Amino acid sequence: MNSTQALSRNTILDSVRANQPAAQPMLTIPHFHTNKPADLVATFRESIARMAGVVVTEDVPDLDSFLRAKFPDAKVICSAIPEYAGTIKPASFQHWSDASTIDVCMLRSPMGVAETGSILLSDNELQVNTIAFLAHDLVVLLDPKQIVANIHDAYEHPYFKLRHYSVLMTGPSGSGDIGGVVVHPAQAAKTLTVILSRAPDAGQRKG
Amino acid sequence: MSSPVDQAKNAEKFLTDTVHEPRLDKLLWAMRMRRDAAARQVPEWEELRTLASEIKEHTLSNLSDYLIQFEARATANGVIVHWARDAHEHNQIVYDLLAEQGIDLLVKSKSMLTEECEMRPFLERRGIRVTETDLGERIQQMDNQPPGHIVGPAIHKTNKDVAVLFSQKYGSDPNNEDTAYLAGVMRENTRPDFLKARAGMTGANFAVAETGAIVVATNEGNADLSANTPPLHICSVGIEKIIPTTESLAVFIRLLARSATGDTITQYTSTFRGPRKGAAMHVILVDNGRSARLGMKRFWHSLKCIRCAACMNTCPVYRRSGGLSYGSTYMGPIGIVMMPTFEIRKYSELPFASTLNGSCSNVCPVKIDIHEQIYGWREVMEENDQIQVVKKEAMRVADKVLSHPALYQIATATLSTALEVVPHFAIYNRLNAWGKRRDVPDAARETFHEWYRNHRLDTNEGGRL
Repeated sequence: MNSTQALSRNTILDSVRANQPAAQPMLTIPHFHTNKPADLVATFRESIARMAGVVVTEDVPDLDSFLRAKFPDAKVICSAIPEYAGTIKPASFQHWSDASTIDVCMLRSPMGVAETGSILLSDNELQVNTIAFLAHDLVVLLDPKQIVANIHDAYEHPYFKLRHYSVLMTGPSGSGDIGGVVVHPAQAAKTLTVILSRAPDAGQRKG
Repeated sequence: MSSPVDQAKNAEKFLTDTVHEPRLDKLLWAMRMRRDAAARQVPEWEELRTLASEIKEHTLSNLSDYLIQFEARATANGVIVHWARDAHEHNQIVYDLLAEQGIDLLVKSKSMLTEECEMRPFLERRGIRVTETDLGERIQQMDNQPPGHIVGPAIHKTNKDVAVLFSQKYGSDPNNEDTAYLAGVMRENTRPDFLKARAGMTGANFAVAETGAIVVATNEGNADLSANTPPLHICSVGIEKIIPTTESLAVFIRLLARSATGDTITQYTSTFRGPRKGAAMHVILVDNGRSARLGMKRFWHSLKCIRCAACMNTCPVYRRSGGLSYGSTYMGPIGIVMMPTFEIRKYSELPFASTLNGSCSNVCPVKIDIHEQIYGWREVMEENDQIQVVKKEAMRVADKVLSHPALYQIATATLSTALEVVPHFAIYNRLNAWGKRRDVPDAARETFHEWYRNHRLDTNEGGRL
């Protein structure tokens, strides 16, 4: 830190110390589980649908057939999951901007949130963070057992204290900036499809 | 010294616009209704508001410790933390970071703080092109206008306005007003900048002291693209954005989008805790008057604001005036209480752009007593002799009448008769701002006091009003 920066830092902190009101105590924050939904999966589906995300609950025994049927024009399929090869892996992208060539990106999320319909992704799953934003379409596997009730539970996930990047993603990109009507897509993914599928370490590999 | 912004005069111009004025009013009221519906879906809504308010008060009253904690944790994560006392220092830090790598293109997501610092013109004067990547912010940038709303910067514009603007700048079809088409034009034209820019910038909705992380909420994904695609991420954070823990973050995330648009959450709620391998992340902690406001006994609560804009959407003055009428970075009820702390004379008229109906305070997710602060600023303006003669005289008369019950009852009882006989010019003149563009309603045949006396009051009990 140079001398100007040190001066700025000290000036700000001195001013804050001089002006901050008398210290008030921190509260205990409840998780509000008394209002927990009875069926987390059903609530998750309803929540993500409101944000234009799609949930596939039926069994998908063959991911390749599923993707080919759903995205027949897709040429570049980036897979960040071990159980599906795709046409390219995240590690292949030398520059993170190169991920703009992806048509479909295949991922697995370690957590869903019933209250909001969000899925958690981090640099652990993505490896190259831009694959989830520069790809046109996202397909994400989620173990229904890993759906938590609400945002309080979600922020208990260790990623928020460990990973350099993590995102609660809720539907494809959208914008309500013109006319107050939300349209999809905006700048990032055009679609988000979540396939409910048990995690491989739960004893059942898919695809 | 700047002359005061005449919000009323600016609003008058907007009120004559028969297309934009009613449309904005309707759009924002719909947003307010969606906010109410979303709040009703959460049984613990009021408890969350109380928690949010008290967490913010706890943090602000221990802010120096939390700032130091944030700096230590962020630094340990590999983030380079800078401190800026004012807008100029902030802008200079950003410029130096770009200039030392010869970067001449910056992609950025929406940040009211960078608007407050007037960073874009600062960088552009020094040869750096800045691309706003939030759709609304980009529209305003192209139209050489500041944001008109802190959540939807171009919310006052019609689809036709945007279609014409995009056709001029991007060569798109000026007659295609379809929202999805226009969003697509933006996507096509912004993506090349995302891919070639060597620096990206975001603001921060929250900065978590416990983890040294910054949290950004967007719907478009443009903040994640701005922060992740280029190898340099610069993040500007007002010092009041600090919250203690990830656990406390949950409270604010549950309130933010519901209060803003009625959605349960934004499409992307992203946590940036450190740089990726081979890249750099810089956080600039900005004061720019905030620490001084922290010492204002009557007004420090405004630092609790989480920029949801619920107070704007519910405010009848804002909805009918448009955000640009305030001539300020922050507008609407929260803008009224924040702006005078930056420049008292320039924003001395803003506290009068309010009906003091209290709706802003009722919807505020962090329970800022906004309408009381607006009233407080009116008092400050009077104490500092910043009020126009007309307003001062009206307030003096009102003060006299309202503090004397007998005078008040005479005034209200004679109003009905007076309105029938006094000439038009006596009612509709510059002293009666309310009568501009509105007919003064007929006065009730009897005052409330008269009605109560006739229908409810048991005179035998010797009761009086």
